[in-house]
Amino acid sequence: MSGTVEREVGRARTRKEDAHLITGQTNWTDNISVNGLLHLSILRSPMAHARIDRVDVSAALELPGVIAAFSGRDLAQEMGSLPCAWPVAEDTVVPDHPPIAVDEVRYAGDPVAVVVARDRYTAADALEAIEVDYTPLPAALDIEGSLAEGTALVHSDKGTNRCYGYHSASGDYAAAKARADVVVTRRYHQQRLIPTAMEPRAVVVTPLAASGDFTLYSSTQVPHVLRVLLAVTTGIPENKIRVVAPDVGGGFGSKLQVYGEEVITLVLAKRLGRPLKWTESRSEANVATHHGRSQVQDIEIAARRDGTVLGLKVSLLADMGAYLMLLSPGIPILGASMYPAIYKMGAYDFSCTGVFTNRTPIDAYRGAGRPEATYAIERIMDDLAAELGMDPVDLRRHNWIRHEEFPYTTIAGLTYDSGNYEAATDKALALFDYDKLRAEQADRVDHADTVRLGIGVSTYTEMCGLAPSRWLGEMRYAAGGWEAASIRVLPTGKVEVITGTSPHGQGHVTSWSQIAADALGVPFEDVEVMHGDTMLATHGMDTYGSRSLVVGGVAVHEAARKVVDKARKVAAHLLEANEADLDFADGAFTVKGSPEARKTIQEVAFATFSSHDLPDGMEPSINAEHVLDPDTFSFPHGTHLCAVEVDTETGAVHIRSYVCVDDVGKVINPLIVEGQLHGGIAQGIAQALYEEAVYDEEGNLVTGTLADYLVPGAPDLPEFVTDRTETPATSNPLGVKGVGEAGTIASTPAVVNAVVDALRPFGVQDIRMPCTPERVWQAVRSGKSGKEVAA
Amino acid sequence: MTHISVKVDGTTYEDDVEPRLLLIHYLRDRLGLTGTPIGCDTTSCGTCTIELDGTAVKSCSVLAVQADGCEVTTVQGLAHDGDWTALQRAFHERHALQCGYCTPGMIMAARDLLREHPHPTPDEVRHGLEGNLCRCTGYQNIVRAVLDVSEEEVTA
Repeated sequence: MSGTVEREVGRARTRKEDAHLITGQTNWTDNISVNGLLHLSILRSPMAHARIDRVDVSAALELPGVIAAFSGRDLAQEMGSLPCAWPVAEDTVVPDHPPIAVDEVRYAGDPVAVVVARDRYTAADALEAIEVDYTPLPAALDIEGSLAEGTALVHSDKGTNRCYGYHSASGDYAAAKARADVVVTRRYHQQRLIPTAMEPRAVVVTPLAASGDFTLYSSTQVPHVLRVLLAVTTGIPENKIRVVAPDVGGGFGSKLQVYGEEVITLVLAKRLGRPLKWTESRSEANVATHHGRSQVQDIEIAARRDGTVLGLKVSLLADMGAYLMLLSPGIPILGASMYPAIYKMGAYDFSCTGVFTNRTPIDAYRGAGRPEATYAIERIMDDLAAELGMDPVDLRRHNWIRHEEFPYTTIAGLTYDSGNYEAATDKALALFDYDKLRAEQADRVDHADTVRLGIGVSTYTEMCGLAPSRWLGEMRYAAGGWEAASIRVLPTGKVEVITGTSPHGQGHVTSWSQIAADALGVPFEDVEVMHGDTMLATHGMDTYGSRSLVVGGVAVHEAARKVVDKARKVAAHLLEANEADLDFADGAFTVKGSPEARKTIQEVAFATFSSHDLPDGMEPSINAEHVLDPDTFSFPHGTHLCAVEVDTETGAVHIRSYVCVDDVGKVINPLIVEGQLHGGIAQGIAQALYEEAVYDEEGNLVTGTLADYLVPGAPDLPEFVTDRTETPATSNPLGVKGVGEAGTIASTPAVVNAVVDALRPFGVQDIRMPCTPERVWQAVRSGKSGKEVAA
Repeated sequence: MTHISVKVDGTTYEDDVEPRLLLIHYLRDRLGLTGTPIGCDTTSCGTCTIELDGTAVKSCSVLAVQADGCEVTTVQGLAHDGDWTALQRAFHERHALQCGYCTPGMIMAARDLLREHPHPTPDEVRHGLEGNLCRCTGYQNIVRAVLDVSEEEVTA
């Protein structure tokens, strides 16, 4: 389309979503109320591992206002095991996962009993009245220890705490290592994180007893996936369950889950014939919403003296927690393809062992496997540079894929369609004033300054757009990766876009409106976008893994193309012209050579509505649907640079500047892209400096509330300088690549590289995340250079 | 049960409440004013921030009985006849919200901040919003929005 109307794609449109959010006219799940609504509360295990000897709910039932109370045993027959959809290796051990524990609790927070009461205060009282007798059992509490001989078993019937083993190799790593001048080995730790969406989870179920229909509202990222799996788990037919994701207050992966609470609420609403609501408290969320990361990474890189990387070996221990959730085993394997990142090398060996522990289950958290991979490769590239005495940027430049080499198939077997690492890096270095900061760093070392400057670089790429169904099948993932979109052009010419993606803050309504407006040539304001209700958006694969734009947004574009194709037939008929002679621009069909012969798409829509004069045999509709299953992923990339000041006397880390240049392909809405980057970078910095789920020796979560788990506030984060280069994807017609996880993936290694860089003169090679003042101070104290420490 | 009389967003309510009832639950569950959401149970996140007699407070740390005789303003009391306040407009224009869950509390806290410091520096804005957590925006656009409003008043 080339016309005089301003294109929507690329415009910094303010969001259509905002009006109701900034005035409090919101539709969060916990806001939903209906007549007769009852409140569900859950009693949770205070122990990491224990046998349940007795659950007595009788005292709870005697309280006024309490309607029902059940133990896991009471409900076991009505609920199947919670599903794991990704048994990634053939030998994957999949334990039974009851929504409420029956005989044994396996993590502090495991549901033990439920009460239903008239209001939340009564329900809370009732939980206090439930008596549970436990026999404590020894617990398996850390990743490495769980595999040791004689350690307590999380699932004694499985005879092992090993969940699975996975290995893949390309090239001959042993030979590469033998040829290498330098081999650097490191052990990195991905601490356990709590995703902490601001909206705690909530579920409301309204049953219609006469028809056996249920509407389930949930603060979920995945209404479509949830519906299928609720049917499988409860035996209620899928076509009797409507799932609605209303306004959802953030997810970051923690709401892509099918949770026991959703199953419990549905089953009890069915049993009681009453509408039920369960709303999580933040203290519950910290123990019962899935956690992220939690890996031990053994990394080895082999290189020549000139910096040429020859091979990479990765060996992971990946914590699954106590049970497998929807994707748990697959998360580390999502990262497997990303360790070689943007670098050329001849050999790559990857292995991973999944491990059960008596802790909250682990699943996807912003980036899901890719932040872990990027952290490891970007940290060890810095360590290799230090070993070789090279500048870390020069080392990367020496090894990366050059822009003229795209498309490029990596040693991990992924084909990157497009990219330009040179352009993004050069732009970032200029914005950052890299050389000047390096000079200041040297100056501070010369003067034995107690506050040192550190510079961290991260040249990341990621695989976005979880997608190709065939690939997912090869990876033993149960579902596909397609996405659906349909477009309805109403008789008045207004447009409805229905998307299978299910946003929770990403601004799909605005971005999808821009895509549809351009493709159809209609005003942005005329487009409504609908989502998150299985009755309306009848099929979809929902929102996670930066897939929404690359799969769902492109599906909108393709559906619009089909609408235009159908409209073209009608327009040609009305204009008495051949279809081939019609131009389509600015929302109107014109006959080549006679622009006065013109039909707008709105006129065509009305002509289809009246249907008085359509081409013979044509259905009276220009509406269209497209289900897109892409052939490949997309690969955004960028360069993030961080400068930190580290006080060697207190261990305090201050981020002095943060600059990034990202290439996320074609940008639909720069305002939204910048916002996504800011949020992502903040989450990545949080892993580097602040956040960690900490357990005590008994397996209790010490960081069980937001008073203990340090989510950074406004004073903890710097201003980010963001810029971009734009290298369109060649694998989709919009040229888009995805942006939601980029900041998180890139920023963590940039920050930790900077902290370590500041302290290398003290002999420091690594600091475990989060780099708290205490850890930094300890690292300085135990550094190898006694003289420096003494100074 | 204790009798209370509270003026909320311009309307006076007379109610009997349990002494332990938190103000946020009174607003949400009893009055149906669900524009103010709940983010935590330790007074840490600021999501439930409202104004009590003109001062921003976290309504999860106030009992409904303590609001007896007081005037409460929630985010739902700000926009009159669809006319947004300058802060609401600035949040929209600066893309200072994504999921929007923290937004009501953030706006109420920012109002308080600007009342105390009409012309804050960026650092003062960051410190002024210390008690309100946002997980989506990295705070940068929120800070910009608040600064916009302070500048608006300077030039007005």
